[in-house]
Amino acid sequence: MAISRYVLLVFTIAMLASTAISDPILTKVNRHVENPGPLIMSEVLLAFPELQSKNLAYLTASSHETKGKPKGSVVSLPIKAVNLDDRPSAATFYSVLLPKEVAAGESFTLDVLAVFTHALRPVPEQITQADIQLVLYRDSVYYLSPYEVKVQSLSVKLPDSKIESYTKLESTKVHGSEIKYGPYENLPPFSLSPITFHFESNLPFAVAQELVREIEISHWGNVQVTEHYKLIHGGAKSKGEFSRRDFQARPNDRGASAFSFLVAHLPARARSVYYRDLIGNISTSHLRVDSRKSELVIEPRYPMLGGWKTAFTIGYGLPLQDFLYESEENRFLNMTFGSPMIELVIDTLIVKVVLPEGSSGISAAAPFPIKQWQETKISHLDIGGRPVVVLEKTNVVPEHNQYFQVYYKFSGLSMLREPLMLISGFLFVFAACIGYMHADTSISKSSASYLAKQQWEEVQVLIQKVQNVINRCLAMHDNLEASLRDLSRTGDVQACKAARKSADGLLKELSKEMKPLLTSLQAYSSAAQILPKVEELVAKERELQEKVMLKHSTAVEGYERKSGARDIDHRVALLQQKITALKQEVDDLLQFIDDI
Amino acid sequence: MAAVANMPVSDLLKSFKLKTKQQELLIRVSILCLVYILAFITRLFSVLRYESMIHEFDPYFNYRTTLYLTQNGFYDFWNWFDYESWYPLGRIVGGTLYPGLMVTAALIYRILHFLRFAVHIREVCVLTAPFFASNTTLVAYFFGKEIWDTGAGLVAAILIAVCPGYISRSVAGSYDNEGVAIFALLFTFYLFVKAVNTGSLAWSLASAFGYFYMVSAWGGYVFIINLIPLYVLVLLITGRYSMRLYVAYNCMYVLGMLLAMQIRFVGFQHVQSGEHMAAMGVFFLMQVFYFLDWVKHMLSDTKLFQAFLRITVTCAVAVGTIALGLGMLSGYISPWTGRFYSLLDPTYAKDHIPIIASVSEHQPTAWSSFMFDFHILLFLFPAGLYFCFKRLSDATIFIVMYGLTSMYFAGVMVRLILVATPAVCLISAIAVSATVKNLTVLLRSKNKGVQTGSTKGSSSSKASSKALLDQSQPFQKNGAIALLFGAFYLLSKYATHCTWVTSEAYSSPSIVLAARGAHGSRVIFDDYREAYFWLRQNTPPDAKVMSWWDYGYQITAMGNRTVIVDNNTWNNTHIATVGRAMSSYEDEAIEIMRSLDVDYVLVVFGGVTGYSSDDINKFLWMVRIGGGVFPVIKEPDYLVNGEYRVDKGAAPKMLNCLMYKLCYYRFGEMLTEYGKPPGYDRARGVEIGNKDIKLEHLEEAFTTSNWIVRIYKVKPPNNRW
Repeated sequence: MAISRYVLLVFTIAMLASTAISDPILTKVNRHVENPGPLIMSEVLLAFPELQSKNLAYLTASSHETKGKPKGSVVSLPIKAVNLDDRPSAATFYSVLLPKEVAAGESFTLDVLAVFTHALRPVPEQITQADIQLVLYRDSVYYLSPYEVKVQSLSVKLPDSKIESYTKLESTKVHGSEIKYGPYENLPPFSLSPITFHFESNLPFAVAQELVREIEISHWGNVQVTEHYKLIHGGAKSKGEFSRRDFQARPNDRGASAFSFLVAHLPARARSVYYRDLIGNISTSHLRVDSRKSELVIEPRYPMLGGWKTAFTIGYGLPLQDFLYESEENRFLNMTFGSPMIELVIDTLIVKVVLPEGSSGISAAAPFPIKQWQETKISHLDIGGRPVVVLEKTNVVPEHNQYFQVYYKFSGLSMLREPLMLISGFLFVFAACIGYMHADTSISKSSASYLAKQQWEEVQVLIQKVQNVINRCLAMHDNLEASLRDLSRTGDVQACKAARKSADGLLKELSKEMKPLLTSLQAYSSAAQILPKVEELVAKERELQEKVMLKHSTAVEGYERKSGARDIDHRVALLQQKITALKQEVDDLLQFIDDI
Repeated sequence: MAAVANMPVSDLLKSFKLKTKQQELLIRVSILCLVYILAFITRLFSVLRYESMIHEFDPYFNYRTTLYLTQNGFYDFWNWFDYESWYPLGRIVGGTLYPGLMVTAALIYRILHFLRFAVHIREVCVLTAPFFASNTTLVAYFFGKEIWDTGAGLVAAILIAVCPGYISRSVAGSYDNEGVAIFALLFTFYLFVKAVNTGSLAWSLASAFGYFYMVSAWGGYVFIINLIPLYVLVLLITGRYSMRLYVAYNCMYVLGMLLAMQIRFVGFQHVQSGEHMAAMGVFFLMQVFYFLDWVKHMLSDTKLFQAFLRITVTCAVAVGTIALGLGMLSGYISPWTGRFYSLLDPTYAKDHIPIIASVSEHQPTAWSSFMFDFHILLFLFPAGLYFCFKRLSDATIFIVMYGLTSMYFAGVMVRLILVATPAVCLISAIAVSATVKNLTVLLRSKNKGVQTGSTKGSSSSKASSKALLDQSQPFQKNGAIALLFGAFYLLSKYATHCTWVTSEAYSSPSIVLAARGAHGSRVIFDDYREAYFWLRQNTPPDAKVMSWWDYGYQITAMGNRTVIVDNNTWNNTHIATVGRAMSSYEDEAIEIMRSLDVDYVLVVFGGVTGYSSDDINKFLWMVRIGGGVFPVIKEPDYLVNGEYRVDKGAAPKMLNCLMYKLCYYRFGEMLTEYGKPPGYDRARGVEIGNKDIKLEHLEEAFTTSNWIVRIYKVKPPNNRW
């Protein structure tokens, strides 16, 4: 560290720019470093006064080699905070490690970009709807440096050319919205000379007091991002009345510092985007989608005047393959850290990455220091909960929108666990239903009603068997009828006789089957009501059977005797009528028994 | 089998080798499943059109309490003293609500979470009403089966699944007591009828628990506790007294009463309130009846019994009257409440309780809304009554009584159409089912004849079918077919009407207003939530908001701020105070507002958008309610020749009262419609009378983008020096 004392720095140009965006102040310092001393220099110290250091959100330094190389190839250099005992405690130091050592007499150009938040103070602090918002910015005209400075100049870019007041020094030039100071030469280390700017700024002071981004990974192909915003207008607080009439009639004049919409640049292929808050959907949003990006324009429920707060949630799904990289069981998620909203300063950003249940070996990496810990979250169909990696960072600006990674192990088979759980759940329900239907839940097995019920069930089984037999008999009759029709078409008497023979055999068997059924049915007392009907059915069926047989034999006989078709018809007609009547009766009886 | 032989479904069923019984069961169960699903999804129009949100006013309170219940547990809920409403009085929430709905929703929520479905409580609340509507269709099926047959049960299930009278209170998001109460009501009735039919202690016990659930869910339980005794009385008078009835009523009444006392809001009303005395009287009457029956059984001499009967009846009546009289005089038994009177006499509320009369759903029902809510059921209802009378039984007597009484109440109050709906559906179902059954029986017997005829040889078939046709009455078959088609036409018309009504009339959340834009696109006015969310975010957490009571529940639920009065209209004086403040001059009103610690005043104004149910149109009720307690406010002061006006010809008191000033502040500069002068009120179609409004003690804090909600801040008192 001691070497710095011998190093002489030359700030060829130091440029300070307060650019277009609301609250953050960007400082770009372009320094030219010369090493005049006898020693070799490997690092450079950057100093920030206390006023600024507590607002410092983002700091990078990049080497800018003077020789040859194209401008695009800037290399950002590692920076670390250092504590120096022999320095003024009012300043904070950062040391930049140079890519190569700078020998004595050599020179080197370094670009430093620092972003400060909450550096603009609204003065006056409260304004009415008709007032213009004015802000105050304080800085030093000399760049705070632990080294001697050869040349330095300062230029300040303000958002608007309407400047209320600024510190006038000898070498001050104003060009529209830009104020230039310097150049100053040969300044001793730690020179300070305060300057202030008081200017008009109606840019949206959108500050997210807290943003919780929840990134939930589903290996079924979706990354669900949910962002909970707590937003405040960080500019001058509004006082007095808010007149909607004025706001609608002259929006540029009355309520000029209010903002009524925000733009979020969502990744390409974002889908099922929603925008809601605690009490429901907010209908004022537009989504513009093209092949490379999706742009979501959201309007809060009401225009945001100074000091007004709102809270809302946006959510969207992203295709998994765009963000997740995997090799076998090792996977890592690669996503941007900050909010997709441009022009938003975030006081506290919490990113929660919800990994699927069963992930292990979890670690996270980010390009800047962050606080991180792990939690579990219980979501749909979870048993133990999903592991959640929580990353927290304060003072986040859009420059922090860099990629961070979460590494974990997850086996593909675990994906099947939840569907299997559902399937087995339903299976269990159905099995329980089947079990219940078959279980006998009656308490008293010997009560009369229970016995009667059981007997009745047995009777029903028997009756069903009887019905079955009768139906088979009827089918046999139909077969015989069909054989008769065949006969009238083809005249094949032999086939018809064969059909008759087989039918005879079968019908006999069926009547044999019927007998034990009827006898056992008689044994039941509860069958007493239905028994006569069953017996009637059986009798009718037998009668019908006889008639059908008779008809069949008559017809066959007629054919054998080669009688005319009309003659046969004539002879059969009477039988046919009886058969029809009987069939009707049997049908009715069957229906009747069925209805019981 | 013959009836369905031609249908492809039955072929399919045949291929499974199912018997007729099983086929019937399968068809019945699948129809019931479809009806169950239909009843659920037909109520989802609002979710699809808008979003999954709570509707109307009262449901927001229910939602807020359910949220509290799930977050803080049951005991905290029971003991909850709510500081955020009725400032500075507060409200003992646990003791002044029917907890059934909240407990049900919280239970469903717990079960779902136990089964690992991490749903939000809002989704559960939104879908509770459709879920219970689905369950109601099942109950309707079983009820129909109990009083008529399975066919009537099925038709009843289908009718009630889509009946607009019921849908109006059970669409998704309508998270109100009625959503579960109609289920509980019908379920209790079903269980009671089942108990009467079987005489089983188990069923009457079940009906006591059904009654308990109903008491915990809705104040409409009074209907049950009066209808059932009335029914028992009618059965006694018509000589249908039986042991079954004795068991069913006594068990149900005693246990139901004891269980109902567990609900804090109901407490001892069952023994202390005049509205519940009928049930107790009938209970004692039953005992006397049973006693006499026993004595008659013991005494063989009829003369002696006659004498005994005379003495006992006189004594019983005398004791009953004296007990009732003493109870009334000593104040132990409270007289009937105004709400009860207003049910029996439609003109009572108008004269005595303006706060009840001011609610649109408490108005007597117009014929058109009967037609709108019942459609063809209105014609089927008398037909069903005819069938019920034709086949009188204990069950049909019950449904007839339920139908007739609830129809009367439906005529008295619009919202009670809801109570009549299940009865109307059941009775109409009996009409439909009986008619269709009669017609199909007619058709089926014919069809059989024709079918058997066709199986004959081709030559004889014509002759025999002709013969069969000749035998029957002329045109009977054609008439039956025509009538069947007519019935199906009517039923399909009913279905389309119900769907149309549901989608057009009953599925808007009323908190989000939708209108057709100039190019046919839908324009959404989300001003209510804009204002409530502004209150929630940009006012101090302890700010007190004064508004008319309609918006109280919404302000506490969505704006999370303390209100002076809300939709639980328990303190008429407090509401009248707000009404008085709204109808006074500003400097008088500021005194009232300061005494109530009011920080913000919220008014609803439809002059820019043409939204007609705003505070200016409700203003006369504020005057009436305010004037009812504070005679300084006189209604004629705000009228000109009995006419309510806001234009130049309006009464001077009207033009300068607080409500007028707050609604029309700076409205006079505004051009609302092309070709009209500035300050043209679109809701009332006039140019306003006072365009130069200056506010002294209040300032405009926020007005929503369509001016529907305007919020004013009460300025702190001026410094004296």
